[in-house]
Amino acid sequence: MNTTNSIGIVRAQRAQFDTPLVFRSGAVLPRYELVYETYGKLNADKSNAILICHALSGHHHVAGVYADQPKNVGWWDNMVGPGKPIDTDKFFVVGLNNLGGCSGSTGPSSLDPAIGKPYGASFPMITVEDWVESQARLADRLGIKQFAAVIGGSLGGMQALQWSLAYPERVRHVLAIASAPRLTAQNIAFNDVARNAILTDPDFHGGNYYQHNVVPTRGLRLARMLGHITYLSDDAMADKFGRELRSEQLNYGYDVEFQIESYLRYQGDKFAGLFDANTYLLMTKALDYFDPAHDFGGDMNKAFARSKSDYLVVSFTTDWRFSPQRSREIVQTLLHNRRNVSYAEITSTHGHDSFLMEHPHYFDVMRAYLDNVASEVSR
Amino acid sequence: MSKDMNMGQYLVSSAEERPDFAAIAAWIPHGASVLDLGCGDGSLLRYLKETRRVRGYGVEINDVDIVMCIANGVNVIQNDLESGLSDFEDNSFDFVILSQTLQATRHTEALVNEMLRVGREGIVSFPNFGYWKNRVNVLRGHMPVSDELPYQWYDTPNVHLCTLHDFEMFCGRHRVSILDRRVMTGKFEMKLLPNLLGSTAVYRFQRGI
Repeated sequence: MNTTNSIGIVRAQRAQFDTPLVFRSGAVLPRYELVYETYGKLNADKSNAILICHALSGHHHVAGVYADQPKNVGWWDNMVGPGKPIDTDKFFVVGLNNLGGCSGSTGPSSLDPAIGKPYGASFPMITVEDWVESQARLADRLGIKQFAAVIGGSLGGMQALQWSLAYPERVRHVLAIASAPRLTAQNIAFNDVARNAILTDPDFHGGNYYQHNVVPTRGLRLARMLGHITYLSDDAMADKFGRELRSEQLNYGYDVEFQIESYLRYQGDKFAGLFDANTYLLMTKALDYFDPAHDFGGDMNKAFARSKSDYLVVSFTTDWRFSPQRSREIVQTLLHNRRNVSYAEITSTHGHDSFLMEHPHYFDVMRAYLDNVASEVSR
Repeated sequence: MSKDMNMGQYLVSSAEERPDFAAIAAWIPHGASVLDLGCGDGSLLRYLKETRRVRGYGVEINDVDIVMCIANGVNVIQNDLESGLSDFEDNSFDFVILSQTLQATRHTEALVNEMLRVGREGIVSFPNFGYWKNRVNVLRGHMPVSDELPYQWYDTPNVHLCTLHDFEMFCGRHRVSILDRRVMTGKFEMKLLPNLLGSTAVYRFQRGI
């Protein structure tokens, strides 16, 4: 079996929605666009669709390349494609850019038609629940009544979980990878430091920096650097960088001396050049707000009582941002509610980032599970 | 499958090769909830699912077995039995099964207690160390190696081997009341001199008073 097969050339599509979306916060977005990609063929009874929910910095370009950008490979190309664990020969795979994003779907950097200027700070605070609502409308548009599976890692896993709570009849299987039922105080704290880096950047201008023709690059860069540290494990960093220096000797100054500094600054710069600061703020708040138990007096077991889906929960041993313990909380809640659930704890050195990496056991688990999902749906 | 995985590993071990499966299944009513500890490739759970329509979960630590359980369509939770069953609530299963695993557990007393916390009844199967062939091996001056005990002394996972008498004494001392017992050699049930003639024992038990 060739596991290096790519889906090949793909193209982004756009869906316009003119029915106002009422957010959990009470805010209303009168109209919006979602940009998405699809791979594979929807079968006759439309039962073989899989939705991929992206994490903090993801988007709709999940797999393949664009005709005019042959090097722009989708962010989960190792997992999604012909003969891959999420097999596009068997499934119709949908990836979208979430509302509030900065990769083409309506977000803070989009033009607000009401005022002729970017939404900026006026873009509503968004939650995982709101995303699932907008994704359900996209599913309606595509004629998908029920997903064979909704799959996501990290923040994407939260969306996958929420799907089974908001639309129990519309999702047969949930695959929640390196995720959590809700964030801990420590995790919210990391997000708050990241946000503060952006919010206190003099170029932030209360979120309306577009009109000032500046970007809060320093803040976004710091936010990403901090985030990046938490996505790696201590071991992975030690393996990759150790105390390695960039030049031969110590310079006793504040310029880059250690390789890890060089790496983090590079990652920060790269990200700050591509990503929108307002979107970063929104995404981290969505992470913080997510708590299915909130409306159930804090009782997660009650929150999941309405689920009708089957679940695969996957975690990675060195992931401390979304630790195995958090995944096991999901499993415990599902066991309490007598859902079908399998749980794999993958031994990996790459921390939270493991969920994006090719790992034989992780991929075997995904493939075994999804092969069974495929056998439930007609070709 | 990834290239470095052998497809053969994914074949289900046949239920016919495991006579204790049928003995266990005979005790389990249709639709019961079952937790299988150390479930291996999930073949017992699959067998119980197919023959008894059970609602089942397995617990297993081995990576390859996790994939095989999933491939077998049974629920499996990756965890170390030795660290307890904290994922599972009190009395959340009708049966908690420990099939051919008891002898390989380190914290055997704690685990049997955990089984009876989580389940209404416990079922264990284990190789009978008192089986005559094992005794002959020891009399000849060697540790037994057989179909039931296929390991050499230096590579065996079996740290707590016992005989039928030993297990029954253990139950008596740990407030465990035995409800039923099947002793077998191959496919045949051994009613006469079971501690001598039986190679495999299967017990069903509950919390005693």
